[in-house]
Amino acid sequence: MTRYSIFSLARNALSHHEGWPEAWRSPDPKPSYDVIIIGGGGHGLATAYYLAKEHGITNVAVLEKGWLGGGNTGRNTTIVRSNYELEPNAHFYEHSMKLWEGLTRDLNFNIMFSQRGVINLAHSDPQVDAYMRRGNAMRLNGIDAEFLDREHVQAKVPILDCSTDARFPIMGGLLQPRGGTARHDAVAWGYARGADGHGIDIIQNCEVTGISIEDGRVTGVATTRGPITAKKVGMAVAGHSGHVAAMAGLRLPIESHVLQALVTEPVKPILDTVVTFGAGHLYVSQSDKGELVMGGDIDGYNTYTQRGNLPIIEHVVATAVTFFPIFSRLRVMRTWGGTVDMSMDGSPFICKTPVDGLYLNGGWCYGGFKATPASGWVFAHTIAQDQPHSLNQAFTLDRFALGHTIDEKGMGPVPKAH
Amino acid sequence: MFNIRCPWCGDRPEIEFSYGGDASRSRPDAPETLSDDAWHDYVFIRDNPAGPHAEYWQHTGGCRQWLRALRNTTTHEILATAAPGEPLPLSGERK
Repeated sequence: MTRYSIFSLARNALSHHEGWPEAWRSPDPKPSYDVIIIGGGGHGLATAYYLAKEHGITNVAVLEKGWLGGGNTGRNTTIVRSNYELEPNAHFYEHSMKLWEGLTRDLNFNIMFSQRGVINLAHSDPQVDAYMRRGNAMRLNGIDAEFLDREHVQAKVPILDCSTDARFPIMGGLLQPRGGTARHDAVAWGYARGADGHGIDIIQNCEVTGISIEDGRVTGVATTRGPITAKKVGMAVAGHSGHVAAMAGLRLPIESHVLQALVTEPVKPILDTVVTFGAGHLYVSQSDKGELVMGGDIDGYNTYTQRGNLPIIEHVVATAVTFFPIFSRLRVMRTWGGTVDMSMDGSPFICKTPVDGLYLNGGWCYGGFKATPASGWVFAHTIAQDQPHSLNQAFTLDRFALGHTIDEKGMGPVPKAH
Repeated sequence: MFNIRCPWCGDRPEIEFSYGGDASRSRPDAPETLSDDAWHDYVFIRDNPAGPHAEYWQHTGGCRQWLRALRNTTTHEILATAAPGEPLPLSGERK
């Protein structure tokens, strides 16, 4: 693997940048591996990378039915934060944040991590109380949090309508200064290049069509490029968790839904932080290209389509214009959707399954992107050691049966509400 | 946007309706004798099919009646709708 540096840049400049090697190989699948990861998104690729780097397991294949990062890794709004209140989430996402902070250097790949801050706005007294409570919980867990009153919010985001006669007047906001954004494609590419550098095979256009099990133990997978045997198989397939797990006879506490996002035409820098709203659902940031990137709620009904409908886009845009009147003349450039696996309590699964040697990484709802590094890190540990790390031991499938749900929003078993 | 055929109001746009989730499950008959596992499966586990899906909708922006629909989760096509207590066409169920 060629290390990217100022020297390699200069050396390749002399040959007009025609001599750069490909970032990862495209090998044919071998008949057998120690570990197979199903899903070549950020989570699967990160898992492969950490299997090699942290556990020395390199006889690994990542199987992707499409192209790398073509699912939710390339469809999210790139927000990274760790502003969670409940203990299992707080420690897990804060570990992720710490990995994000060193990731560009670790991967030798610029993931453009920008800690521009994430502000959650509050519009009522109960919401102010709830955010202060969450901020205090975060600080007790060693996570940065500051409560801003309206004047400080206005100073930090001058284009925000903070007037008292706004439709939903802003009373303050909870800021996580270390939150921010990262370049989503680069995360997939950086992990792919890192894993490939350790000798891991990344195999695209290879769809898993079956999971082989003998005597309660996984023995391999059937794919569109032939059967492959493996001692261990990890699933990291986001919105398709349900039907991939069904290949192993498992039924999951998950529903698949569509989450949409949109970008406007690019404009000069006007928003240098991430803002989320508490009245209606909207989160917005400005990309390095100048586009305003926005998202809101899921459409709210089961679907695998990767496309949503206009009512949610209208809601997101209407909310954006209410809070940022300056956006009103911008044109929307494109919208898209991703299939997300909504769990019954809004928290993920990174765990063993009832099938020996088969592991599940899913149920990310719409919080998967920021979790990518830690998700891969603990999933690699779970697969390598055949037991969870302390950071993911709460994210099990049996937590509902045991009464140990991790319901950050307190919504109950209604996936569309998380 | 898709239209949903309300048994009382006819074809109406999706935004008039609220989603009520998977309608293929039915509440257990004798909850006092039900095992924990069976309760768990009823409350938390879903088939989550890619294809026809029986589901509840409420016509909240219209007549406010509940109905059941059979919708394809890979195309958004509404295949059939039925009033509560009526059989849902194409779903293979009898009621």
